[in-house]
Amino acid sequence: MYRYDQYDQAIVDARVDEFRDQVARRLSGEFTEDQFKPLRLKNGLYLQLHAYMLRVAIPYGTLDGRQMRMLAHIARKYDRDYGHFTTRQNIQYNWIKLEEAGDILADLASVEMHAIQTSGNCIRNISSDQFAGAAADEVGDPRPWAELLRQWSTFHPEFSYLPRKFKIAVVGSDTDRAAIQLHDIGLQLVEQGGELGFKVFVGGGMGRTPIIGACIKDFLPARHFLSYQEAILRVYNRYGRRDNIYKARIKILVTELGAEEFARQVEAEWREILPLGIDAPVAEIERIEGFFAPPPFETGLADDVDLSDPDFAVWVKQNVHAHKVPGYAIATISLKPVGGIPGDASSAQIERIADLAERYSFDEIRVTHAQNLVLPHVRKADLYALWQGLRDADLANANLDLASDIIACPGLDYCSLANARSIPVAQALAERLAPIERDPGELKIKISGCINACGHHHAGHIGILGVDRKGEENYQLLLGGSGAEDASLAKIIGPGFTQDGVVEAVDKVLGRYRELRTDGERFLDTYRRVGVDPFKAAVYG
Amino acid sequence: MVELRFRDDAAVDEPGTTLDGFLDQSNATAVRIEAGEDVRRLLPFLDRLRLVEIAFPTYRDGRGYSAARILREAGYTGELRAAGDVLVDQLWFMRRTGFDSFAPEKALDPAAVERALNRYASVYQRAADGRPPVWKLRHG
Repeated sequence: MYRYDQYDQAIVDARVDEFRDQVARRLSGEFTEDQFKPLRLKNGLYLQLHAYMLRVAIPYGTLDGRQMRMLAHIARKYDRDYGHFTTRQNIQYNWIKLEEAGDILADLASVEMHAIQTSGNCIRNISSDQFAGAAADEVGDPRPWAELLRQWSTFHPEFSYLPRKFKIAVVGSDTDRAAIQLHDIGLQLVEQGGELGFKVFVGGGMGRTPIIGACIKDFLPARHFLSYQEAILRVYNRYGRRDNIYKARIKILVTELGAEEFARQVEAEWREILPLGIDAPVAEIERIEGFFAPPPFETGLADDVDLSDPDFAVWVKQNVHAHKVPGYAIATISLKPVGGIPGDASSAQIERIADLAERYSFDEIRVTHAQNLVLPHVRKADLYALWQGLRDADLANANLDLASDIIACPGLDYCSLANARSIPVAQALAERLAPIERDPGELKIKISGCINACGHHHAGHIGILGVDRKGEENYQLLLGGSGAEDASLAKIIGPGFTQDGVVEAVDKVLGRYRELRTDGERFLDTYRRVGVDPFKAAVYG
Repeated sequence: MVELRFRDDAAVDEPGTTLDGFLDQSNATAVRIEAGEDVRRLLPFLDRLRLVEIAFPTYRDGRGYSAARILREAGYTGELRAAGDVLVDQLWFMRRTGFDSFAPEKALDPAAVERALNRYASVYQRAADGRPPVWKLRHG
């Protein structure tokens, strides 16, 4: 875990003071809401349908027990006793009082957390692989690079008024668990001739114009990491469109110029700034890497797990992944109980997870972009005790990557941008599909309540998009998306449905899949093999 | 009207000409850059430039920050003025990218300016203000 030094702490503390001052000026009437809006939005404070919403950054989705306890404390003291983990590995609180926003930030700062740049047209929270440092397949740990990006992007003087928001993700293995090709910049750690570097993707994104990112550099030497990001951002800041908010993301610039021409402009800019000393020195990389050194793993541990409890066995099969160290495992805590709200956790649950992380996972917790949590370093011998501890807090849902592990945005229940509710659709689908979900196996259903795609519907094996049709909530069905290393965009299959109708339609799609699949095929594989027509026929008759 | 100036030399009186006007005219020493114009076209003439005024049509338009830094990185040492929708909340970033005078449309509260420019004791990146990034302070 990264720990702040006096410089990091002073910057975050100064931000708390600044925001307190801005809130006081709003409360005194010195600012109108119009004047206050751009200021609060720089700090993740949104005015939603019913109340202020505060989005707290969880840099690259990594936190410890002390920080988790503070998230529970904030939920209990300032909100309605729960928080919502998001697809950007952050946490949101839905019922915030403006008067208390400064106190919340001060509480966060006391555990080295903040809400800086969790909204606004700037570089947002850096996201990463939830298995970083634990995955058996990684070339290197992406978190030090994500932390370097966090610092570099914090209050960047040139890039705080970009054409539009900007999202960067970093991973360290070929398996992409962070959807890097659907980010403004996606970075993959790679090795070439013994040297570490990055494969650089640019211009991916979802929203109303979904695009898969283009690789503009096969190997960026790690020592030039920051200067190259700076070059990309400068080209975007200068030439990204500002005449139309819907065409302002970098993906539109990359598409309009063509990836090759965009890459050429970045290279030209990079040559200009390379001599300016923008890159952090090796000593700084090593300092940050020191915080992410492996925890003191025991050696000689057994790899056996006693699976005689059948419920436990199901959970292990579904929610536990291989760890790079023998005798250890990665455990994912699903925040998708059937009938629950995807990504929500109560204060008591958040505290329970903090306890379990301290006891069984070297005090480390990760947030996933699929709105679940991970304990990355669990001794296999402790898995049963961990599972019991989770079960007692209703956290032992054995549905990771199955049909009821649905990504859903807050939708019209909370969000002022939404056209339709997402949560009730997720609940109805989970209830319908949970009894049969083990048969299809991996199935990623993703639901957004509007075209902004916070629920990643473009990247769903099955995606659902809520729209407004003449004042009625209407749901479009999309098939064939993926946010993984084989990224693809889901396509709308035909006219939309009511809420009940879309649940029926998904059921029919899965019925058709069961008829068509060959052995071992996931839904996505079958879809890619046979195309959309059989599914259209099943749904529309 | 120039409200804040962080320079000791005499202010330039002549109004900034347009970029095209400047490029056509061999004796002008002041130029005004509209958002979106390429300041790199000025680079051959930095020696004779005494004032570059960069327009901010709205505070949300951040192109001027890149324009300023490009000029400073190329060695421009004359006055660099931010003009237009310049608010107190942007001053710190503007100073960091090399602006040293300000002509805001709406008057700024001097106390708020003072607070905004002195809020942060350290910075994470190298920019055009010569401040060492935190990593420089950490490692010397």
